[in-house]
Amino acid sequence: MEKFTTHTSRAIPLPIENIDTDQIIPARFLKATDKSGFGANLFRDWRYNKDGSENSSFVLNDPKYSGTILIAGDNFGCGSSREHAAWALADYGLKVIVSSYFADIFKGNALNNGLLPIQVSPEYLKELIATVQKKPETEILVELEEQYIAVKGSDNKASFDIDPYKKLCLLNGYDDIDFLISKKDKIEAFEQQ
Amino acid sequence: MKKTLFDKVWDSHVVESVENGPQILYIDKHLIHEVTSPQAFAELEQRNIPVFRPDQIVATADHNVPTLNQHLPITDALSRNQVEQLTANCKKHGITLYGLGHQYQGIVHVIAPELGITQPGMTMVCGDSHTSTHGAFGTIAFGIGTSQVAQVFASQCVLLSKPKKMRVNVNGKLKKGVLPKDVILYIIAKLGTNSGTGYFVEYAGDVFENMSMEGRMTVCNMSIEMGARGGMIAPDETTFEYIKGKEFAPKGESFEEKVAYWKTLKTDDGAVFDKEYSFDAEDIGPMVTYGTNPGMGIKVDGHIPQTDDASFEKSLEYMGFEKGESLLGKPINYVFIGSCTNSRIEDFRVAAEYIRGKQKAPNVNALIVPGSQQVAKQIEEEGLREIFEEAGFSLRQPGCSACLAMNDDKIPAGEYCVSTSNRNFEGRQGQGARTILASPLIAAATAIKGAIATPYEEERAVFA
Repeated sequence: MEKFTTHTSRAIPLPIENIDTDQIIPARFLKATDKSGFGANLFRDWRYNKDGSENSSFVLNDPKYSGTILIAGDNFGCGSSREHAAWALADYGLKVIVSSYFADIFKGNALNNGLLPIQVSPEYLKELIATVQKKPETEILVELEEQYIAVKGSDNKASFDIDPYKKLCLLNGYDDIDFLISKKDKIEAFEQQ
Repeated sequence: MKKTLFDKVWDSHVVESVENGPQILYIDKHLIHEVTSPQAFAELEQRNIPVFRPDQIVATADHNVPTLNQHLPITDALSRNQVEQLTANCKKHGITLYGLGHQYQGIVHVIAPELGITQPGMTMVCGDSHTSTHGAFGTIAFGIGTSQVAQVFASQCVLLSKPKKMRVNVNGKLKKGVLPKDVILYIIAKLGTNSGTGYFVEYAGDVFENMSMEGRMTVCNMSIEMGARGGMIAPDETTFEYIKGKEFAPKGESFEEKVAYWKTLKTDDGAVFDKEYSFDAEDIGPMVTYGTNPGMGIKVDGHIPQTDDASFEKSLEYMGFEKGESLLGKPINYVFIGSCTNSRIEDFRVAAEYIRGKQKAPNVNALIVPGSQQVAKQIEEEGLREIFEEAGFSLRQPGCSACLAMNDDKIPAGEYCVSTSNRNFEGRQGQGARTILASPLIAAATAIKGAIATPYEEERAVFA
């Protein structure tokens, strides 16, 4: 897994609540047997019209916005456990998702793919979305070591929580499989109990 | 210390706690299917890691399989490839597979309980969020992502912080026509779609104690729809009776020993939950959803609430409904009875009982999809097939089908479908499709009437 330390980028606001993983990547695109290429179909049915043309009213098609940070409404990633949702967001190029709430399974999937979910207060989320909507060229800074998110060139700053183990994994690019395999003896001993 | 049912099962499966981090949780049974496993197998191969405990894994093909002509090769090339890869991966790693054509094939959350693979006190995972279904047996069962599927392949463990605990009590007597599906849709409508995030739920009270195992599975299945990783119900005589004699259930003395242990799996008096809710069974009515998440539910004879909120309005716009509107009498062209929520024999008995001697409305396409080959066999043996076919319903072969429309069973854009499945998300049943979640009884009544109906309308008319 790629290391994550600090990240600076413009942001894309998507203030819709309860964005489920079926919207992030519809089930009909889950037939691949590798992890690549899902970005092309990220938010497929919101991003494209029926005839395959771009839906100009969807934020990813709005030339005003760009960047690798997505700011989304409450309860992001609910529904299906499909990790394809995290793969699609990462494959599209996103590095950070900011929301006031994340669904459990999605959060774990994101962290396992080097995609950082940052949970902020509903008030801060609202403020951040308003800032970016007002000034799309706003740059956002994410500091994982110090655990904060900030609007560059302003006092606007908020701290966030992250599981210390997961933080260590992201900072060093470790993943859970290596860790679990290193515990094989303990696991085998547990089985003998 | 007083422990909850969840504590007892969780604590007995912790291999080690990581300092300031998650716990290593041992997994007894790992269920896999064709859609969320190929990348995990590939991960293992890239790292040259063997599958650690292949005997504790069971595989089936369910998500994208056709529900017609399962004896023929799958025509969709991508689906066929996924199913073939599953077969090859299982063969290579020595994993038991109940693939297409096998007498035990079916939806993963239907087959494991009916084969006696699911047992109280176990930990179970699957790359599918509705793994919560197995909690009906007093099992810690939850959905995982594909990276975690690979972790379980490699180590038979997952890394997870212990969730918080929540209890939902429902006491009293359910009204006529109120099914387990209505109970869970009611709970989610009351608590909201993220009320359970970070929690494991225990369902308690006499409503669940008096419920069949099929009913308990329906309830636990939808725990994830309020955000909870899983839901559990303490095992009791109903549970033991269900498991007894199943293919992979312990037999004879070994069964009795297990039962003695299973009886200890209940929440101690005085154990503390982080959150607790109580509802009165009398307040629950037959439910339907009107929006694009499972929390947007009302009683079938109720009205859509007046909520001023952009996400709420976006949802109603997608559904083509108005605030304050009643859904009773809305014309419906599609009805789906199936999915891991409601495709067990009891669900089809309820539907058949209502349908017997009636005809579906001419405008309705009504799909009946059994959860497994064994359920399909029961439908045949109990004479339900004739009832469905004479009423004009289309009885298909087992699979996930129109619940997520990965196969050909799709609802056309703009059309409404009254569905016994678990998610009414935008496009879930096909691009542009509009899903109304309901019980098998409401679904059956709707198919007969050709419009959203309550099952007892006719009786009302008779008595009026």
